[in-house]
Amino acid sequence: MAEINELIVSEPPPLADRAGVGAKQTPPPTRVRGYWRSVGFRLRHDPATLAFAAIVLLIVLAALLAPALAPFDPYKESIIGRLKPFGWRGHLLGTDELGRDMLSRLLYGGRVSLLMGVLPVLIATLIGGLLGVVAGFLGGRTNTAIMRMMDVFYAFPSVLLAVAIAGAMGGGMANGMLALSLVFIPPMCRVAETATTQVRALDFIEAARASGAGTLTIIRYHVLGNVLGPVLIYASSLVSVSVLLASGLSFLGLGVRPPVPDWGLMLSTLRQSIYVVPYVCALPGAAIFVTSICFNLVSDGLRSAMDVRM
Amino acid sequence: MDPLAPAPRDRGGPGGPLLIARDLKKHFPVRSSGGKSVQAVDGISFSVREGETLGIVGESGCGKSTLARLLLHLIVPDAGELVFDGTTVRDDITVGALRRQVQIVFQDSYSSLNPRMPIRDTVAFGPFVQGKPKGEARRIARDTLARVGLDPDLFGPRYPHELSGGQKQRVNIARALATGPRMVILDEPVSALDKSIEAQVLNLLRALKRQLNLTYVFISHDLNVVRYLSDRVLVMYLGRVVELGRVEAIYTRPAHPYTRALLASQPSMNPVRRIEEPPITGDPPNPIAPPAGCRFHTRCPFAEPVCMTVDPPLPPWLGPQSHIAACHLSDRLPRRISHE
Repeated sequence: MAEINELIVSEPPPLADRAGVGAKQTPPPTRVRGYWRSVGFRLRHDPATLAFAAIVLLIVLAALLAPALAPFDPYKESIIGRLKPFGWRGHLLGTDELGRDMLSRLLYGGRVSLLMGVLPVLIATLIGGLLGVVAGFLGGRTNTAIMRMMDVFYAFPSVLLAVAIAGAMGGGMANGMLALSLVFIPPMCRVAETATTQVRALDFIEAARASGAGTLTIIRYHVLGNVLGPVLIYASSLVSVSVLLASGLSFLGLGVRPPVPDWGLMLSTLRQSIYVVPYVCALPGAAIFVTSICFNLVSDGLRSAMDVRM
Repeated sequence: MDPLAPAPRDRGGPGGPLLIARDLKKHFPVRSSGGKSVQAVDGISFSVREGETLGIVGESGCGKSTLARLLLHLIVPDAGELVFDGTTVRDDITVGALRRQVQIVFQDSYSSLNPRMPIRDTVAFGPFVQGKPKGEARRIARDTLARVGLDPDLFGPRYPHELSGGQKQRVNIARALATGPRMVILDEPVSALDKSIEAQVLNLLRALKRQLNLTYVFISHDLNVVRYLSDRVLVMYLGRVVELGRVEAIYTRPAHPYTRALLASQPSMNPVRRIEEPPITGDPPNPIAPPAGCRFHTRCPFAEPVCMTVDPPLPPWLGPQSHIAACHLSDRLPRRISHE
């Protein structure tokens, strides 16, 4: 009804503007929502992703608050309390082969595992992303030089490469992380390069150049915002891979050294006792499994939320 | 002898040449062809007077867009020079200074706006990179958006995907105008729009030209649109200028067979004049290996033996009323024009 009234009341356009020069432009009635806001909106309306994100948050919080939450000292050994089942004398999740409290060790182990899951990805995102954007934007010989260098790394399976690098550098947590970072740089570089190459061919880059902007300014204002999406999606999917690979390195004795608690290392030492206390031995594996699958599912949710055609 | 405007170094002044292109060449090398190259723009010379609109028409692939990018040094020419307002680009003024005075509007209104940037930032970007403080650049963006008919409060914070094609093209025009250019190169600015929106945008371009004393180079394959907006028309074929003259002269007395064919190829509104046969057949020849002699002789209905061996030169441009065509036979062609 209101619309009809408006139609009747509305005046004809002024004569001077018959040519439509200033033809009344009406914006769409939706609320103004930028790309990142609409991604946030979609994420908020995706209950599955939210649930898995909550679990991830829980795991991260538990690891961060390990000193406050852990009921026992994770390094405290006990000769008589070895390999005890769930709930033995207040040890909620039992004890390991040296009589240390499993719950405390799992909480502390989460710190190491998560750190080894996140930090290499962060380093690889920065270095690989930067190399990819440079290669993609400059193109030509620079692109060939950088991308062929990255291709060399693809000659080896990533697990083998991580093991080889960590082994060559002599194990330890820092070297393990370095090895993982090196493994993740080439694929990250490739993702950033592909996204940049696509953006570079669009007219708005040329328009920016026509308004007098230099290469760095164009990359900063016009390229990064468009490359960030795919890079973030890929990085989030790498976290779970990194947690797994880090556990694998520790399992092989190339990552964290005992007695530091780490899920991969715990799995490795407890596996001999699988017939004595099977459920206790399976715990570190379960922790790795849950963490990596939750990261993976959150990454999937992020991917579909970010897949907005704009 | 200089085939161009009478006094090429004449600085400014109404009617003086604002931009002179002299023998511009751009050949794109083709890989795996043994050193051959696509002759996208092959020796094009013309001048644009202050305040006029020069229309450039030609088939797809004749080098129109390459020429547009050459005029802004977005592609560096292999040979030839650009003289802007009496100073040679590269020698006397830098490319940056040229880009302060000349701007471009692209055809694809979708890909020429950054999808992750609100349009007020897109419009403010030009003034910002040319040294204006952020607040000042924002103010200019508001003014410019209002000038192209977009309410800066309603449209400023929006993203390109929220606008219609016509609105996006208005933003593109605002972006080009935000830096206060004297000359705007319009590379098929309305080709992607539907007819009603096209008319609005064309009228907007006309009004802006009057208000801001702009000079336009208007590139299009649509002869009606070019006729509506241009003072002079330059016809391109396979990287060369084939005809150049005032718009009435070109449209009523085309001197080059190619121009005649282009005009005849427009669908007629008069059912009696409707023709079944296409005026020219086939695709343009391969620009990697253009035909010898006149480049149009392979499709020209009037071609004579001389056309196959001798490349007809473009006669010199003698003054505002000149009408020149690169054709051996232009004096002998029947003056009648069928589409009228």
